[in-house]
Amino acid sequence: MLWLGVAYLGALAALFLTAFWGQNSFTGEVERVWNVDNFRTLVTVDVYRTITLRTLGIAALVTVLDAVIAFPVALYMAKVASPRAQRLLVIAVLMPLWASYLVKAYAWRSMLGHGGLVSWLARPFGLDTPGYGLAGLIIVLAYLWLPYMILPVYAGLERLPDSLLEASADLGARNVSTLARVVLPMAMPAVVAGSIFTFSLSMGDYIAVKIVGGANQMLGNVVYDNVGAANNLPLAAAVATVPVVVMLGYLAAARRTGALEQL
Amino acid sequence: MTISRGLKAVLAAVTGVVVVVIYLPLALVMLNSFNASRSFAWPPHQLTTRWWQAAARSSGARHGLLVSVEVALLATVVALLLGTLAALALQRTHFFGRNAVSLVIILPIALPGIVTGIALNNAFRTMFGWELGFLTIVVAHATFCIVTVFNNVQARLQRLGGNLEQASMDLGAGVLTTFRLVTFPMLRSALLAGALLSFGLSFDEIVVTTFTAGATEQTLPIWIFQNLFRPNQAPVVNVVAAVLVLLSAVPIYLAQRLSGGAGERVAGAR
Repeated sequence: MLWLGVAYLGALAALFLTAFWGQNSFTGEVERVWNVDNFRTLVTVDVYRTITLRTLGIAALVTVLDAVIAFPVALYMAKVASPRAQRLLVIAVLMPLWASYLVKAYAWRSMLGHGGLVSWLARPFGLDTPGYGLAGLIIVLAYLWLPYMILPVYAGLERLPDSLLEASADLGARNVSTLARVVLPMAMPAVVAGSIFTFSLSMGDYIAVKIVGGANQMLGNVVYDNVGAANNLPLAAAVATVPVVVMLGYLAAARRTGALEQL
Repeated sequence: MTISRGLKAVLAAVTGVVVVVIYLPLALVMLNSFNASRSFAWPPHQLTTRWWQAAARSSGARHGLLVSVEVALLATVVALLLGTLAALALQRTHFFGRNAVSLVIILPIALPGIVTGIALNNAFRTMFGWELGFLTIVVAHATFCIVTVFNNVQARLQRLGGNLEQASMDLGAGVLTTFRLVTFPMLRSALLAGALLSFGLSFDEIVVTTFTAGATEQTLPIWIFQNLFRPNQAPVVNVVAAVLVLLSAVPIYLAQRLSGGAGERVAGAR
């Protein structure tokens, strides 16, 4: 408890203090002078603004994509599949989570490359691989985080009593309206719970970007480059506050939907 | 059931496609580890076991594997101790701000890894003045592994309630005896599940590791990442990746062997 409370929170707090310090442009040393220059840089310099918006956009797209894919799969697992198939499917969805993140990103790198599997599959349709870039990145991130969405939604749908579906059908609702007016609202907190993972994980990513994102950068890369090559920890800290603030806002919003109890 | 036949078929088809897509990249890694072409041209024209032999001789990969296993074991031990203590403390006592504490505990999972990474990097270097190296990796890994152990133990304690322990105390057992004979046996499968998760999490972790490893130590994921963009090393990296895919079946198998509830926790918490 002490560990988490003191060490982890202390480290986080120190990080945010650092965000308000400056860097001596001559020696590169961190100067402990209070100012908000780093945040001003963040807001006013075009590159950072673009990267921030791009990161948020990617995270949102990945989340929506995952939700759209996960919903039918979770619905099938929870309401259609036999108990045996259900168990097998849960394992099938879980197993890739234990496979290394790097391995999966790497596998996609060889699939998306020219002469890779994707271009081979797409050629008969007159298409080509999206290559390394934003489209590839979104596909890979959606692939990586999909189980984090399927599992909470599945758990949420499983708790949904069948009798509600029957009642809805008895009252004359067809499939589509039962789904839209009964199942979806009831499953929403679970979807939000899953989206916490997909959103947060996408937002903090900088490795998949390097592997399949081409020359594009996300917030994570800016942080990484400023800690490493540029050695400008204060700016990196300021950049890192962006995902933290966004995530805290997201968590606060998610709390209102009751999603946190679904975790 | 009220879901119509047509909709069922659609759902089944979507699920089928998704499962295939989930496994396709993993299967491809396996296949490519035998692909004779250096650039993994698809479809493969010739198969070979040359890369597996090369990988077995690669000292970088072997060293990385060793470091990863050591780090994961140590971090798991630390996490087991601290996570269990934290869960017990939180369960048995009521104090102001208990809810705030539970929010703090999901923070390391909810915040992007890169934030945790530079926060710890900053703390180690400037606050404590430590050299980055093996020790800092272990400490960093333990920090997020605690969460998984804590979650497992906490869930188990909540389900059990305190009645059995009270009974044991009433029958004259001391605090330690009660823990040894009553609490611990009830927690055992939850602890196993937590340990398994911690190990897996630590073994695979790269983001926090890059910021806390320094220049001298390399875990396996870091080794993979550094060699990923070197065309010459690509086949060896691919073999290592294939091995990791195979290894990922182990925890799932173990989780299935664990008693039902714990198995689901292992699976679900990741």
